[in-house]
Amino acid sequence: MTDPDPPRPTPTVLDLFLVYGKIGLIGFGGINAWARRVLVEEKRWLTDQEYAETLGLGQVLPGPNALNAAIMVGDRFHGTAGAIAAPVAMFGGPLVLLAGLATFYDAYGQVPLVKGILAGIAAAAAGMVMGTAAKMTGKIRPPPSLLAVGLCSLVAAGIFRVPLPWVVLGLGPVGVACAWRVLRS
Amino acid sequence: MTPTIFWQLVFGFGAISLVSVGGGIAVLPEMHRLVVEVHGWMSDADFARRFALAQAAPGPNVLVVGLFGWHVGGVLGMLTAVMAMTLPTSLMAFGFSRLRTRLAGRFWLRVFERGLVPVAVGLIAASGLILAQGAAISWIAVTLTVCSTLFVWRTDYSPLWILIGGAIVGALVL
Repeated sequence: MTDPDPPRPTPTVLDLFLVYGKIGLIGFGGINAWARRVLVEEKRWLTDQEYAETLGLGQVLPGPNALNAAIMVGDRFHGTAGAIAAPVAMFGGPLVLLAGLATFYDAYGQVPLVKGILAGIAAAAAGMVMGTAAKMTGKIRPPPSLLAVGLCSLVAAGIFRVPLPWVVLGLGPVGVACAWRVLRS
Repeated sequence: MTPTIFWQLVFGFGAISLVSVGGGIAVLPEMHRLVVEVHGWMSDADFARRFALAQAAPGPNVLVVGLFGWHVGGVLGMLTAVMAMTLPTSLMAFGFSRLRTRLAGRFWLRVFERGLVPVAVGLIAASGLILAQGAAISWIAVTLTVCSTLFVWRTDYSPLWILIGGAIVGALVL
């Protein structure tokens, strides 16, 4: 194994801009799994625990959770400048790409080869997102009560399709109560 | 883009953004109501196609609002819709971030943060599961999803490799 805890690098504003731009452009299947991959594994700016906490707060607040998390990560390292650089980069690249794709897709979206490639990427991206959740759980190693809350969230949203606001507002307080018991002891 | 459409985009998506707890895609039904039912800007099929495209493309899923804006107002409509959907909540997130910095280290904030972690991770898993159901068009696709899950979970290689593999398998057999 590698050195257990070498010092964590601190990004500049330009780093934040470039790295979030990259996250946006490779973010197949949603941003969050990729943001974790790049911020925690590749750049080591945050630990798994820190990233998950930031994302958790981003989910409770209204608005896209990946965007809220990007603002908080940017602010954490560089205040207002960081809080602007990270989300602008994360949205800017994909927005340009999407405008181009929309034109292309309207013309070629039904071509079998294009459909096949998109279906293959979609299947792989779905696995990537689930693999990320499994990996995070392994790294964070939650106590049993918090693990149970996580599994309930998965079942509620993923299988019973409970609308996300209800999952967040219903299970969030349970998670907080469990965390209180864990941290108090 | 007419001024009327501009303001309809601003107020329509601005209002939706404020209730989008849990993520932009949670309010997809609300977007459908605004874009298809209230204003009749596009058909059901167009709506579904644009959503599928935004899902397939990289980037935040909420960018689908950019495609809706593009449809009614070109580039300006795209920017208007995205800004309306993101700016109000971004300011709130920024304010909250400042509050969090000021309260850093307090016992209650730590409890709050740690308590939300399982919900955050559980919802990532759930979104993967939902994507997997949508992508499961054949047993080959399901196998691909399972391989990808194991690849990302058990190795530290970049997930881009498995996406490239997925594109190749998809081009050949899907």
